[in-house]
Amino acid sequence: MTGKKRIKVIMAKPGLDGHDRGAKLLARVFAEAGMEVVYTGLRQTPEMIVEAALQEDADVVGLSSLSGVHNYFFPRVVELLKEQGLADVLVVGGGIIPDEDVPGLKDSGVAAIFGPGTRTEDIVKFIEEKVSRN
Amino acid sequence: MEDLAAEVLQGSVRAMARLITLVENEDPRSFELLGSIYPHTGRAHVLGITGSPGTGKSTLTDKITTVLRQQEKTVGVVAVDPSSPFTGGALLGDRIRMQRASGDPDVFIRSMATRGNLGGLARTTADVIKIMDGFGKDWVIVETVGVGQDEVEIAKTADTTIVVLAPGLGDAIQSMKAGVMEIADLYVINKADRSGADALVTEVRVRVEQDAQIKKAAWRAPVLKTVAVEDQGTEPLVEAIENHRRFLEESGRLKKVRREKTRQETLSLLKEEISRNVLEKILGEGRFDDLIEDIVAHRKDPYTSVKEIVRTIFPEEE
Repeated sequence: MTGKKRIKVIMAKPGLDGHDRGAKLLARVFAEAGMEVVYTGLRQTPEMIVEAALQEDADVVGLSSLSGVHNYFFPRVVELLKEQGLADVLVVGGGIIPDEDVPGLKDSGVAAIFGPGTRTEDIVKFIEEKVSRN
Repeated sequence: MEDLAAEVLQGSVRAMARLITLVENEDPRSFELLGSIYPHTGRAHVLGITGSPGTGKSTLTDKITTVLRQQEKTVGVVAVDPSSPFTGGALLGDRIRMQRASGDPDVFIRSMATRGNLGGLARTTADVIKIMDGFGKDWVIVETVGVGQDEVEIAKTADTTIVVLAPGLGDAIQSMKAGVMEIADLYVINKADRSGADALVTEVRVRVEQDAQIKKAAWRAPVLKTVAVEDQGTEPLVEAIENHRRFLEESGRLKKVRREKTRQETLSLLKEEISRNVLEKILGEGRFDDLIEDIVAHRKDPYTSVKEIVRTIFPEEE
């Protein structure tokens, strides 16, 4: 049995809101899709998330926020990843993100924002395509 | 890529993380890199933590790490969780319980999926330990998957093995009597604030006494109580671990155990290498498929056929 590369995902919830149903569901969806998902839990600082991505050699960081802190936290994670030499890590976000915030987040380096109602298979497909290109 | 091992030895966390990925993927390049790491290994004390799911292994790992950090020791953690046998994916959740340790840059935590390996560890866990050891970690703590009875690989991998039990899993102690219960250098009864904890302590102590009567052993496994979430009993636990470490060193057992470990590891590497080479030859030729047809049709039997194949590859034998 030879090993093969598996997509490694960090699922994290930055900020203080305690609603992690979506993040937990997605963690399971990614695992079902054959990925290895490190679930870091609630109340993560951008520093903690990036440290986890560094140690786990993650391909993807998934961020979920429902409390309106995305405009600070998401770009901060992207910035810290760059500082650590991890610019190739794909950052995607989800949760309650107003449409008008999406362009700004994308400009900051977040690859995609998946709001409520996004089909989970579309998220999986997006990640698989992006990561295999790297 | 070629400098990855050198970078690890110089203390690059990024290089360590990337090398571990190569090793996990059993990338052909990883062999040479591990070869460069090997001379720098053997310094870390390897602590294994095993037990049933939900007994508190991750939380204990976090607390033990915190005590070791207060003693200014550096720590690497390998946390193993199961891969799905159906999809190959994995949900690695041990990090959640290691919040305190994970905020500390001198603690390196790596989650590993078993990727189909039974026995409580991933196939490459021992190599990942070596990388952390070579990097210079004073301690490497390995947390196994939640185990049942038979997952005893950790005892062959760690210098000190802790078996974690919790009250309320009444039958677990019965079902764990063979296998996992035999590998403990230390027993920890975690969640000791729950009812049934004292009874469990007594039960395990009786077992340890029985063990001492059945076979002579220089080490008698202590039974300790902890409430990991409340950080109760952690310091005595670390002292007990230190005692075991001293015992291993002073009795000369550490050398003996590590020699045996080296022997087993080298043997299994050799087996893998031989079968990889031999199978490539045999399966590459297509004659194997013909042979299978002959065996299916009962023109040939598999027992003699296998002997014949090996004889063609190693003709000088016999």
